[in-house]
Amino acid sequence: MAGCKGGLGGEAPHVLAVDDSSVDRAVIAGILRSSKFRVTAVDSGKRALELLGTEPNVSMIITDYWMPEMTGFELLKKVKESSSLKEIPVVIMSSENVPTRISRCLEEGAEDFLLKPVRPSDVSRLCSRVLR
Amino acid sequence: MRNLRLSSHSRRAALGDRGRRAHPDEVVAVGGYLDEQFCQVEDLQDDASPNFTEEVVTLFFKDSARLISNIEQALEKYPKDFSRWDAYMQQLKGSCSSIGASRMKSECMSFRDCCGQGNPEGCMRSFQKVKREHGALRQKLEAYFQLVRQAGPAGAATRPV
Repeated sequence: MAGCKGGLGGEAPHVLAVDDSSVDRAVIAGILRSSKFRVTAVDSGKRALELLGTEPNVSMIITDYWMPEMTGFELLKKVKESSSLKEIPVVIMSSENVPTRISRCLEEGAEDFLLKPVRPSDVSRLCSRVLR
Repeated sequence: MRNLRLSSHSRRAALGDRGRRAHPDEVVAVGGYLDEQFCQVEDLQDDASPNFTEEVVTLFFKDSARLISNIEQALEKYPKDFSRWDAYMQQLKGSCSSIGASRMKSECMSFRDCCGQGNPEGCMRSFQKVKREHGALRQKLEAYFQLVRQAGPAGAATRPV
Protein backbone atom coordinates (compact mmCIF):
# COMPACT_ATOMS: atom_id res chain seq x y z
CA MET A 1 0.00 0.00 0.00
CA ALA A 2 1.35 3.44 -0.86
CA GLY A 3 2.29 5.40 2.24
CA CYS A 4 1.47 8.97 3.08
CA LYS A 5 3.98 11.61 2.23
CA GLY A 6 5.84 13.01 5.19
CA GLY A 7 5.30 16.41 6.69
CA LEU A 8 7.99 18.95 7.41
CA GLY A 9 11.44 17.45 6.98
CA GLY A 10 9.91 14.38 5.33
CA GLU A 11 8.92 12.86 8.68
CA ALA A 12 6.00 10.49 8.72
CA PRO A 13 2.79 12.14 9.93
CA HIS A 14 2.03 11.34 13.56
CA VAL A 15 -1.43 9.94 14.17
CA LEU A 16 -3.02 9.54 17.56
CA ALA A 17 -5.36 6.53 17.66
CA VAL A 18 -7.89 6.36 20.47
CA ASP A 19 -9.90 3.22 21.25
CA ASP A 20 -10.80 1.46 24.48
CA SER A 21 -10.74 -1.92 22.71
CA SER A 22 -7.26 -3.44 22.73
CA VAL A 23 -8.11 -5.45 19.62
CA ASP A 24 -9.29 -2.44 17.66
CA ARG A 25 -6.34 -0.40 18.88
CA ALA A 26 -3.93 -3.03 17.58
CA VAL A 27 -5.69 -3.30 14.24
CA ILE A 28 -5.98 0.43 13.59
CA ALA A 29 -2.36 0.95 14.68
CA GLY A 30 -1.31 -1.81 12.30
CA ILE A 31 -3.23 -0.27 9.43
CA LEU A 32 -1.78 3.17 10.13
CA ARG A 33 1.77 1.86 10.41
CA SER A 34 1.41 -0.07 7.16
CA SER A 35 0.48 3.26 5.59
CA LYS A 36 3.75 4.67 6.96
CA PHE A 37 2.20 6.79 9.68
CA ARG A 38 3.92 7.17 13.01
CA VAL A 39 1.31 5.98 15.52
CA THR A 40 0.58 6.50 19.19
CA ALA A 41 -2.37 4.46 20.43
CA VAL A 42 -4.16 5.22 23.68
CA ASP A 43 -7.18 3.68 25.35
CA SER A 44 -9.23 6.72 26.36
CA GLY A 45 -10.14 10.28 25.54
CA LYS A 46 -8.57 11.37 28.81
CA ARG A 47 -5.22 9.85 27.85
CA ALA A 48 -5.53 11.36 24.39
CA LEU A 49 -5.91 14.85 25.85
CA GLU A 50 -2.97 14.25 28.18
CA LEU A 51 -0.80 13.27 25.24
CA LEU A 52 -2.00 16.17 23.11
CA GLY A 53 -0.91 18.48 25.90
CA THR A 54 2.68 17.26 25.66
CA GLU A 55 3.09 16.17 22.05
CA PRO A 56 3.08 19.14 19.68
CA ASN A 57 3.19 17.37 16.35
CA VAL A 58 0.05 15.25 16.05
CA SER A 59 -1.14 15.39 12.45
CA MET A 60 -4.45 13.58 12.92
CA ILE A 61 -6.60 12.00 15.61
CA ILE A 62 -8.60 8.89 14.85
CA THR A 63 -10.94 7.91 17.63
CA ASP A 64 -13.61 5.37 18.38
CA TYR A 65 -17.00 6.91 19.03
CA TRP A 66 -18.25 4.70 21.83
CA MET A 67 -15.86 4.75 24.79
CA PRO A 68 -16.54 4.81 28.53
CA GLU A 69 -16.10 8.06 30.49
CA MET A 70 -15.42 10.20 27.41
CA THR A 71 -16.92 9.35 24.05
CA GLY A 72 -15.15 10.07 20.79
CA PHE A 73 -17.72 12.82 20.21
CA GLU A 74 -16.83 14.45 23.52
CA LEU A 75 -13.15 14.20 22.65
CA LEU A 76 -13.88 15.78 19.26
CA LYS A 77 -15.67 18.69 20.98
CA LYS A 78 -12.80 19.27 23.40
CA VAL A 79 -10.29 19.28 20.56
CA LYS A 80 -12.34 21.71 18.49
CA GLU A 81 -12.89 23.98 21.49
CA SER A 82 -9.15 24.22 22.13
CA SER A 83 -7.27 27.03 20.41
CA SER A 84 -4.11 24.94 20.31
CA LEU A 85 -5.72 21.71 19.09
CA LYS A 86 -8.63 22.77 16.90
CA GLU A 87 -6.69 22.56 13.63
CA ILE A 88 -5.91 18.87 14.13
CA PRO A 89 -8.18 16.78 11.91
CA VAL A 90 -10.31 14.34 13.86
CA VAL A 91 -11.74 11.16 12.35
CA ILE A 92 -14.39 9.16 14.17
CA MET A 93 -14.78 5.37 13.97
CA SER A 94 -17.84 3.41 14.93
CA SER A 95 -19.16 -0.11 14.49
CA GLU A 96 -22.70 1.25 14.18
CA ASN A 97 -24.07 3.03 11.16
CA VAL A 98 -26.28 5.63 12.85
CA PRO A 99 -26.98 8.54 10.48
CA THR A 100 -27.77 11.03 13.26
CA ARG A 101 -24.52 10.13 15.01
CA ILE A 102 -22.55 10.56 11.80
CA SER A 103 -24.07 13.94 10.97
CA ARG A 104 -23.63 15.17 14.54
CA CYS A 105 -19.92 14.34 14.40
CA LEU A 106 -19.44 15.94 11.01
CA GLU A 107 -21.31 19.07 12.14
CA GLU A 108 -19.05 19.27 15.17
CA GLY A 109 -16.04 19.32 12.86
CA ALA A 110 -15.01 15.72 12.32
CA GLU A 111 -13.20 15.27 9.04
CA ASP A 112 -14.61 11.84 8.37
CA PHE A 113 -16.59 9.04 9.93
CA LEU A 114 -15.41 5.48 9.35
CA LEU A 115 -17.42 2.34 9.94
CA LYS A 116 -15.62 -0.47 11.69
CA PRO A 117 -13.93 -2.70 10.84
CA VAL A 118 -11.68 -0.05 9.33
CA ARG A 119 -9.91 -1.12 6.15
CA PRO A 120 -6.53 -0.05 4.79
CA SER A 121 -8.38 1.52 1.86
CA ASP A 122 -10.24 3.78 4.32
CA VAL A 123 -6.90 5.01 5.66
CA SER A 124 -5.50 5.55 2.16
CA ARG A 125 -8.52 7.71 1.40
CA LEU A 126 -7.94 9.70 4.59
CA CYS A 127 -4.31 10.28 3.70
CA SER A 128 -5.12 12.13 0.52
CA ARG A 129 -8.13 14.02 1.89
CA VAL A 130 -7.29 14.87 5.47
CA LEU A 131 -3.53 15.32 5.54
CA ARG A 132 -2.66 18.18 3.27
CA MET B 1 -21.75 -15.80 5.73
CA ARG B 2 -18.90 -16.48 3.39
CA ASN B 3 -16.92 -19.67 3.82
CA LEU B 4 -13.26 -18.71 3.94
CA ARG B 5 -11.72 -20.91 1.30
CA LEU B 6 -8.65 -19.79 -0.54
CA SER B 7 -7.11 -21.73 -3.35
CA SER B 8 -3.46 -22.58 -2.86
CA HIS B 9 -2.74 -20.26 -5.77
CA SER B 10 -4.49 -17.36 -4.05
CA ARG B 11 -2.75 -18.16 -0.84
CA ARG B 12 0.66 -18.16 -2.54
CA ALA B 13 -0.20 -14.88 -4.23
CA ALA B 14 -1.35 -13.39 -0.94
CA LEU B 15 1.79 -14.52 0.83
CA GLY B 16 4.15 -13.77 -2.04
CA ASP B 17 5.05 -10.32 -0.70
CA ARG B 18 6.18 -11.90 2.51
CA GLY B 19 8.31 -14.42 0.65
CA ARG B 20 6.47 -17.49 1.88
CA ARG B 21 5.10 -20.33 -0.15
CA ALA B 22 2.17 -22.53 0.69
CA HIS B 23 2.76 -26.16 1.55
CA PRO B 24 0.01 -28.22 -0.08
CA ASP B 25 -0.14 -30.68 2.79
CA GLU B 26 -0.47 -28.03 5.48
CA VAL B 27 -4.18 -27.49 5.56
CA VAL B 28 -6.15 -26.12 8.47
CA ALA B 29 -9.90 -26.02 8.25
CA VAL B 30 -10.80 -22.59 9.50
CA GLY B 31 -13.34 -22.21 6.73
CA GLY B 32 -16.62 -20.75 7.86
CA TYR B 33 -15.30 -19.36 11.11
CA LEU B 34 -13.48 -16.38 9.64
CA ASP B 35 -14.26 -13.86 6.95
CA GLU B 36 -12.34 -11.46 4.75
CA GLN B 37 -11.48 -9.22 7.70
CA PHE B 38 -9.09 -11.91 8.97
CA CYS B 39 -7.25 -11.72 5.65
CA GLN B 40 -7.04 -7.95 6.07
CA VAL B 41 -5.42 -8.46 9.47
CA GLU B 42 -2.99 -11.02 8.05
CA ASP B 43 -2.07 -8.64 5.26
CA LEU B 44 -0.81 -6.18 7.88
CA GLN B 45 1.85 -8.66 8.94
CA ASP B 46 5.30 -7.85 7.63
CA ASP B 47 8.97 -8.11 8.53
CA ALA B 48 8.59 -5.30 11.08
CA SER B 49 5.63 -7.10 12.70
CA PRO B 50 6.16 -10.79 11.90
CA ASN B 51 3.72 -12.04 14.54
CA PHE B 52 1.08 -9.35 14.11
CA THR B 53 -1.79 -11.69 13.36
CA GLU B 54 -1.14 -13.96 16.29
CA GLU B 55 -0.70 -10.95 18.59
CA VAL B 56 -4.07 -9.54 17.52
CA VAL B 57 -5.75 -12.91 17.94
CA THR B 58 -4.20 -13.25 21.41
CA LEU B 59 -5.60 -9.85 22.32
CA PHE B 60 -8.96 -10.91 20.98
CA PHE B 61 -9.16 -14.02 23.13
CA LYS B 62 -8.04 -12.14 26.22
CA ASP B 63 -10.63 -9.44 25.58
CA SER B 64 -13.41 -11.83 24.60
CA ALA B 65 -12.87 -14.04 27.64
CA ARG B 66 -13.28 -10.98 29.85
CA LEU B 67 -16.41 -9.84 28.03
CA ILE B 68 -17.95 -13.31 28.16
CA SER B 69 -17.30 -13.41 31.89
CA ASN B 70 -18.92 -9.97 32.26
CA ILE B 71 -21.97 -11.13 30.34
CA GLU B 72 -22.21 -14.31 32.39
CA GLN B 73 -22.17 -12.31 35.60
CA ALA B 74 -24.66 -9.80 34.24
CA LEU B 75 -27.06 -12.56 33.23
CA GLU B 76 -26.98 -13.82 36.78
CA LYS B 77 -26.87 -10.59 38.77
CA TYR B 78 -29.10 -8.37 36.63
CA PRO B 79 -32.08 -10.45 35.48
CA LYS B 80 -33.82 -9.07 32.40
CA ASP B 81 -31.50 -6.07 32.26
CA PHE B 82 -31.50 -6.28 28.48
CA SER B 83 -29.87 -2.91 28.09
CA ARG B 84 -26.87 -3.96 30.17
CA TRP B 85 -26.65 -7.37 28.51
CA ASP B 86 -26.85 -5.76 25.07
CA ALA B 87 -24.14 -3.22 25.88
CA TYR B 88 -21.69 -5.97 26.85
CA MET B 89 -22.57 -8.06 23.81
CA GLN B 90 -22.12 -5.04 21.55
CA GLN B 91 -18.51 -4.85 22.72
CA LEU B 92 -17.96 -8.54 22.09
CA LYS B 93 -19.54 -8.30 18.66
CA GLY B 94 -17.22 -5.42 17.83
CA SER B 95 -14.16 -7.46 18.72
CA CYS B 96 -15.40 -10.37 16.64
CA SER B 97 -15.91 -8.05 13.73
CA SER B 98 -12.40 -6.65 14.03
CA ILE B 99 -10.71 -10.00 13.52
CA GLY B 100 -13.26 -11.45 11.13
CA ALA B 101 -14.76 -13.99 13.54
CA SER B 102 -17.93 -14.19 11.47
CA ARG B 103 -19.68 -17.17 13.06
CA MET B 104 -19.17 -15.86 16.54
CA LYS B 105 -20.27 -12.40 15.44
CA SER B 106 -23.44 -13.90 14.03
CA GLU B 107 -24.28 -15.48 17.38
CA CYS B 108 -23.57 -12.17 19.13
CA MET B 109 -26.08 -10.54 16.81
CA SER B 110 -28.67 -13.22 17.63
CA PHE B 111 -28.19 -12.49 21.32
CA ARG B 112 -28.71 -8.78 20.70
CA ASP B 113 -31.86 -9.54 18.73
CA CYS B 114 -33.17 -11.47 21.73
CA CYS B 115 -32.34 -8.51 23.96
CA GLY B 116 -34.29 -6.28 21.62
CA GLN B 117 -37.24 -8.64 21.80
CA GLY B 118 -37.07 -8.80 25.60
CA ASN B 119 -36.60 -12.57 25.38
CA PRO B 120 -34.48 -13.80 28.33
CA GLU B 121 -34.65 -17.48 27.39
CA GLY B 122 -33.57 -16.64 23.88
CA CYS B 123 -30.68 -14.64 25.32
CA MET B 124 -29.57 -17.57 27.44
CA ARG B 125 -29.67 -19.96 24.48
CA SER B 126 -27.82 -17.50 22.27
CA PHE B 127 -25.21 -16.91 24.91
CA GLN B 128 -24.47 -20.63 25.10
CA LYS B 129 -23.95 -20.61 21.34
CA VAL B 130 -21.65 -17.62 21.62
CA LYS B 131 -19.53 -19.51 24.14
CA ARG B 132 -19.46 -22.63 21.94
CA GLU B 133 -18.36 -20.63 18.92
CA HIS B 134 -15.73 -18.90 21.04
CA GLY B 135 -14.30 -22.25 22.12
CA ALA B 136 -14.38 -23.68 18.62
CA LEU B 137 -12.69 -20.60 17.16
CA ARG B 138 -9.96 -20.75 19.76
CA GLN B 139 -9.23 -24.37 18.87
CA LYS B 140 -9.19 -23.67 15.15
CA LEU B 141 -6.88 -20.69 15.45
CA GLU B 142 -4.55 -22.44 17.89
CA ALA B 143 -4.17 -25.25 15.38
CA TYR B 144 -3.69 -22.75 12.56
CA PHE B 145 -0.93 -20.84 14.30
CA GLN B 146 0.73 -24.07 15.37
CA LEU B 147 1.05 -25.00 11.72
CA VAL B 148 2.20 -21.51 10.77
CA ARG B 149 4.95 -21.71 13.39
CA GLN B 150 5.97 -25.17 12.24
CA ALA B 151 6.05 -24.05 8.63
CA GLY B 152 8.43 -21.21 9.53
CA PRO B 153 9.38 -18.39 7.16
CA ALA B 154 9.67 -20.68 4.14
CA GLY B 155 6.18 -21.98 4.23
CA ALA B 156 2.71 -21.30 5.49
CA ALA B 157 -0.46 -22.98 6.56
CA THR B 158 -3.12 -22.93 3.91
CA ARG B 159 -6.80 -22.79 4.32
CA PRO B 160 -8.88 -25.46 2.61
CA VAL B 161 -9.04 -25.37 -1.20
